[in-house]
Amino acid sequence: MSVATLDRRGFLQRSATLVFALKTGGLSILSLDAARAQSLAAAPRAIGPEELDTWISLDANGAVTAYFGKMDMGQGVDTAIAQVVAEELDVDVARVNVVMGDTHLTPNQGGASGSSGCRQGAIPLRNAAAEARRVLVARAADRLQVSSDELDVLDGKVFVRGAPERSVSYAELIEDGFATRLDWNGTYGNGLNVNGRATPKSPDQYRLVGTEVPRKDVPGKVTATTEYCHHVTLPNMLHARCIRPPVANAVPVSVDESSIAQFPDARVVRKDDFIAVVAESEWHAIKAARALKVTWSNTSAPFPPETRLFDYLRTAPAASDSSRGGFGGRAFDTAPILAAIESAARQVEAEYEVPFQSHARMAPSIGVAHVTNGEALIYSDTQKPHNTRDGIAKFLGLPPEKVRVVWKPGSGSYGRSDADEAAFEAALLSQLTGRPVRVQWMRHEGHAWDPKAPACVIRCKAGIDAENRIRGWYFQARGFSGWDVMFNAAEPRDTLVGQLTGFPKGDAHNFGVPGESYEFPESVQFWETVAPFLDRASPLRCSHMRAPQEPQVHFAHESFIDEVAAMIGADPIALRLQYLRDPREIAVLEAVAKLSNWETRSSPGAARDGAVLRGRGVAIATSFGGYVATVCEVEVERSTGRIWPRRFFVAHDCGLILNPRGLRGTIEGNIVQGMSRTLCEEVRFDTEMVRSEDWLSYPILDVKDAPEAIEIVTIDRPEEPAGGAGEPSHVTVPAAIANAVFDATGVRLRRLPLTAERMKAALG
Amino acid sequence: MPRYVLNVDGERQEVEADADQPLLYALRGELARKGPKFGCGLAQCGACTVIVDGNAVRSCILPLSAIAESAQIRTLDGLRGEHPVQQAFIAREAAQCGYCTNGWVMTLVAALERNPNLSDEELRETLTGLKCRCGTHMAILRAARQAANAMANAQEV
Repeated sequence: MSVATLDRRGFLQRSATLVFALKTGGLSILSLDAARAQSLAAAPRAIGPEELDTWISLDANGAVTAYFGKMDMGQGVDTAIAQVVAEELDVDVARVNVVMGDTHLTPNQGGASGSSGCRQGAIPLRNAAAEARRVLVARAADRLQVSSDELDVLDGKVFVRGAPERSVSYAELIEDGFATRLDWNGTYGNGLNVNGRATPKSPDQYRLVGTEVPRKDVPGKVTATTEYCHHVTLPNMLHARCIRPPVANAVPVSVDESSIAQFPDARVVRKDDFIAVVAESEWHAIKAARALKVTWSNTSAPFPPETRLFDYLRTAPAASDSSRGGFGGRAFDTAPILAAIESAARQVEAEYEVPFQSHARMAPSIGVAHVTNGEALIYSDTQKPHNTRDGIAKFLGLPPEKVRVVWKPGSGSYGRSDADEAAFEAALLSQLTGRPVRVQWMRHEGHAWDPKAPACVIRCKAGIDAENRIRGWYFQARGFSGWDVMFNAAEPRDTLVGQLTGFPKGDAHNFGVPGESYEFPESVQFWETVAPFLDRASPLRCSHMRAPQEPQVHFAHESFIDEVAAMIGADPIALRLQYLRDPREIAVLEAVAKLSNWETRSSPGAARDGAVLRGRGVAIATSFGGYVATVCEVEVERSTGRIWPRRFFVAHDCGLILNPRGLRGTIEGNIVQGMSRTLCEEVRFDTEMVRSEDWLSYPILDVKDAPEAIEIVTIDRPEEPAGGAGEPSHVTVPAAIANAVFDATGVRLRRLPLTAERMKAALG
Repeated sequence: MPRYVLNVDGERQEVEADADQPLLYALRGELARKGPKFGCGLAQCGACTVIVDGNAVRSCILPLSAIAESAQIRTLDGLRGEHPVQQAFIAREAAQCGYCTNGWVMTLVAALERNPNLSDEELRETLTGLKCRCGTHMAILRAARQAANAMANAQEV
């Protein structure tokens, strides 16, 4: 077999109907033959960013396909992209199909990353669609013997202004595609951009962008027609389950294959320290994996007792710090700031603790792979398929162009979750068995073996002068590295199976500090990372989880400014406004005060007796081009310690809004998941292993504890570029709740999660 | 391997499988249903929910051998997009990743077909224990309210 080349014209004309003309015979597995006819592609397709045809195609019926090198994770980004493309092309949005995250079909725009779907990902699509309209209108002008500026377009029909009977449709003009070059900025990933000669519409010309086009993905999900990655099957496919050690860092000494002899269709596949069971039947793969007897190495306890976690974070030597790397790394000198704080009239100090948290996806990792004849076809719900392609190519020893990663919808993943793991494992197992393989992680793996959000201890100090002004501000985050494994899987070393098969873990360091514009006379914010407990295949290895490290650092930062406000008897919003400089931060804070009918006074509130204590708290965040202020109203039940955030009020500014309804849904999800991380989530472990391995040992927010209401005011700024929304509001939640708890009870909780048990103990 | 008769979405089907194999694997496998999903295999999340004789059941732990030949099994696929609960979920955009949606819809279908006159508190009680990681709870509660109202009104007519 060879990699089939594509008849470009056939592809462009017929892609929407999934009928493909192949110029040469012999289907390669990269071209998804009849066995996968429901999938989207013949391949490879030329996907150079500088070609307009890479981004937009039209078929003979006028259907538009937009090729998007990012993916929707359930917030409706594909709908927003369809709106942007339809807007610039002047076609009905229903005509636009968005193909996402297929390394053979879509350019490398960096995948789902950093709330960048609209903020960055939409921009080349907008520019390409505008250029596509320009090219088509120019062709129409030739055809109709008029000049381009005499023409208008309505739903894909180009007509002479004032003489609509003189018209021609896009479909009649497309011929061999666009064959038009774009000016590409030479970048791959989130920052990839292209420009044509056309000027995109200005926001005052928008008729679709900014409207509440219904999400394209919802009906399929509700009516069971969406094909998730979990549904993919390939002919002759084996089912696999992986075998994990009972003690982290233990390696297999011997495997007793006779222990699964009762499953004749099952067998063991092993490479180095990675073991899996494959079987013809999925149920037999599960049962055989449970039955398999493995003798593991005796390994000394890899972890300290859980109770020592924060002491370790406080006292371990720094492995790296923010002057040495990471985003926004810059040198810092704490001495003058500490001196300013010490010389001030009064000092405030506090320390905040955040444990490990798990992505805990609804579905644990899934991957389907077929590796044969020097080619690999991979189905994955990874957030970064192009990186996964590169990593799997290195892992299998194949050139990247011989590996195709096809993203399929999966369960929400919120960062560098376990998503990539099964894809790599399936690839290896397919290479070793010569058969297509489907790896489905089990629940205990999804919780215990996914990369974690790093635990940390954060120290804050402030010096207050005699006039109650903040003179000095010190913020130090000490945590495990958020890049302990990297946020994409471009290197096998950043996967569990890679580390088990000869790819030693890397040594990258990053944490984070808050990004708001508070201006204090003397201020330092910095981070230090500490070495991980375990350097190889650790179930406590850390990576990105939604708004990486920001919920942690903002919990501390926005709690601490409240502590300062309480000490000097200031209203928490008034104090913030005194030190903020960015007008957009000031605007959201003022908007949330109005929305929540904020009563100007200091915390805690006056009434602190009674069975149910009530309070309000505020927090802000500036993150990924989004500006958010959140007020939470809580009820605290004195007898049980139960904290119930009853209402949230959110003021949100992310510049130009592409779809207000999609934005509100995204904010709600951010707030509710943030509640869960604030109130419930803590990865439990003992000296041998992670003990959070299901929904009982890692509870998340239950629907009966959902708030009564989340009220949102969005500030639309069409003159500003679209900013991020997938993360910024999430970041505000921990401190908004903790500040409300203080307002209600007079008790300051500085350790996440804010469980009923901790609240009750603190209330005494 | 033993054979089992299953009545799924009104059709009689036979599957050959181990006696201890949970229903979910037959539904996802040879019966090619896309609604019920594997989430935990422990009956803790609800992604696998189907309706058996009117009751919402976690199919990931229900062995085939425990299912009576007369049992009527309904899946999300079998609702064909026409059920008021589905219509409410679409109208309210009550899904993000959508992986858990099956559990919420099927649990509500079973409860509201029995009694659509549920208060907001009762709807929360009905749905408690189902997991949604994306935090779509508010939209789900709005959809549940809308579906209950629609089904209660239809009953009155």
